[in-house]
Amino acid sequence: MIRVVLPPHLRTLARVDGDVELGVNGAVTQRSILDELEAQFPMLRGTMRDHVTQIRRPLVRFFACGEDLSHESPDAPLPEVIAKGSEPFVIIGAIAGG
Amino acid sequence: MNKVRVLVGTRKGAFILTADGARKRWKVSGPHFAGWEIYHVKGSPVDPDRIYASQTSGWFGQIIQRSDDGGKKWNTPGSSAEELKSPDGWPKGESNKFVYDGVPGTHQWYDGTQHPWEFKRVWHLEPSLHDPDHVYAGVEDAALFESKDGGKSWKELSGLRKHDTGPKWQPGAGGMCLHTILLDPKDPQRIYIAISAAGAFRTDDGGKTWKPTNHGLHSQYIPDPNAEVGHCVHRIAMHASRPNTLFMQKHWDVMRSDDAGDSWREVSGNLPSDFGFPIDVHAHEPETVYVVPIKSDSEHYPPSSRLRVYRSRTGGNDWEALTKGLPQRNCYVNVLRDAMCVDSLEPCGIYFGTTGGQVYGSADAGDSWKPIVRDLPAVLSVEVQTLQ
Repeated sequence: MIRVVLPPHLRTLARVDGDVELGVNGAVTQRSILDELEAQFPMLRGTMRDHVTQIRRPLVRFFACGEDLSHESPDAPLPEVIAKGSEPFVIIGAIAGG
Repeated sequence: MNKVRVLVGTRKGAFILTADGARKRWKVSGPHFAGWEIYHVKGSPVDPDRIYASQTSGWFGQIIQRSDDGGKKWNTPGSSAEELKSPDGWPKGESNKFVYDGVPGTHQWYDGTQHPWEFKRVWHLEPSLHDPDHVYAGVEDAALFESKDGGKSWKELSGLRKHDTGPKWQPGAGGMCLHTILLDPKDPQRIYIAISAAGAFRTDDGGKTWKPTNHGLHSQYIPDPNAEVGHCVHRIAMHASRPNTLFMQKHWDVMRSDDAGDSWREVSGNLPSDFGFPIDVHAHEPETVYVVPIKSDSEHYPPSSRLRVYRSRTGGNDWEALTKGLPQRNCYVNVLRDAMCVDSLEPCGIYFGTTGGQVYGSADAGDSWKPIVRDLPAVLSVEVQTLQ
C-alpha cells in the first residue's frame, strides 16, 4: 500500500488522524495517487489541484524521498519505494506566511 | 423565549455566540475550522438551523461548509456516501467547485491592462428567503453563483459577469470581490449586488440580465468620476419593508437611493469621515441607519482613534455618535464590510466585529455597547439570527 502524508488542515477536512494508505492500479504517479486520494476523500477535490485543469495549486507541494517533485510531470513514475509504501508520498502546504 | 445566535467569521476560524433575548450573558463556541479564513457564515431565514459557511485558504482554496443543526456539526455539502455516488462511478465532491460559465474573459487589472478572470474565494453567502437549499455566493474574481441543492453543486449566473462593462471592472485593494447580495423580499426576481471596484448592479429577471445602478455616484479615483462602472462600493443595506430604498457605504461617501438604485444622492452629512465599510438599517425603523466611520482609505482606523458607531434617525445627513461602552482613546481597529448586523428583537440589537478581534453588541439600538468577546482573530464577518 502507498502511504500518503496529508498536511494537518487536509487531514482535518478528510477526517483522518494519521497517514492515508492507498492502493493504486497501474503506474504509481502523482496523478494516480491524487486520483485515488480524491476518490476515497471527495472533500479533498479542488484543494490540491484545480477541479478542471488538474494543475497543482501554487502553494501545495509534493515531496518524496527527500526530493521536491512538485515540478515533475504528474505522469512520471514515482520511485519504487513510494509504490511499495516503504517511503511516504508527502503533500504539504508551502511555508508562506502565518 | 427568544434567543440570538451571532455567527462570526475570522481570519483563523468561525465562532458562534449565543444568548437569550436579554443579550447579557453569552456563550462562545469555536473555533470551528480552526486555522482557516472564514469569510462569511450565514443562516437560512427559512430554516435557522441550516447555516452555510465560506471556508477559504490561500493554500487549499475554497471549501463550503454546511450545518443542519444550528452550528453544532458541520459537513461539506453532499459528502455522505449516498450523495457522492455519480452515474459514472466517480465521486462528485463538487461543493467547492466554482467554475465560471464558458470562457471567463478579462477585466481591468491594477496597471490598466486586461487580466483573466480567476476564481479565488467566496466572500458572501446569501441564503434564499424561500428555500433553505437555495443559496447565492458572491465570489472573487467578481461573479455570482447559486446552488439549489444545499451547496452540493454551484452554477454561475453568468449574465452578470458577461455584462458589456465587465472588461472595465477592476479590483479594489482587497481584490475584485462580489461582497453584497440583497434579495428583494417583495419581488423574487429582483436582486441587488455590489462589486469592489465595479459598483452596484440590479437584476429584475432572477439573474439573467443586469444593469449597473451607479447613477449619482462620484468617485475621484477613476478617470471619469461619474462613470457607469468602476466605483468602489463597500456595502449596501436595505430594510425589508422598503426594498426600493437602499443605503450605501462607498469607498468615500454614504449614499441613499429611493428608486431601487436607479439614482443615488449623498447623505454623509455631519459624519467625521464618510469613508468606511459596513452599513446597516435598524430592524424596525427603516429610516434609522448605522455606519462606522474610518479615517481614510490608507489609515484604516477610526478618526481621532475613537471607535464610534454613527446613527442617523432621519435616513442620513444628520448623524449622532454612539460611544457608550466603546473605546474612546488609542483605538486603531477597522470594521470590515460584512462585520455589522442587526437582530430583530425589541429593542433592536446591533453587533459588529473588529480587526482587533472584538465583537461588540448593543441590546438598545446602539445607545450602549458591551464587548461580547475581546480577543478573537481579526473579524471578517458578523451575522445574527433571531431565534424563537
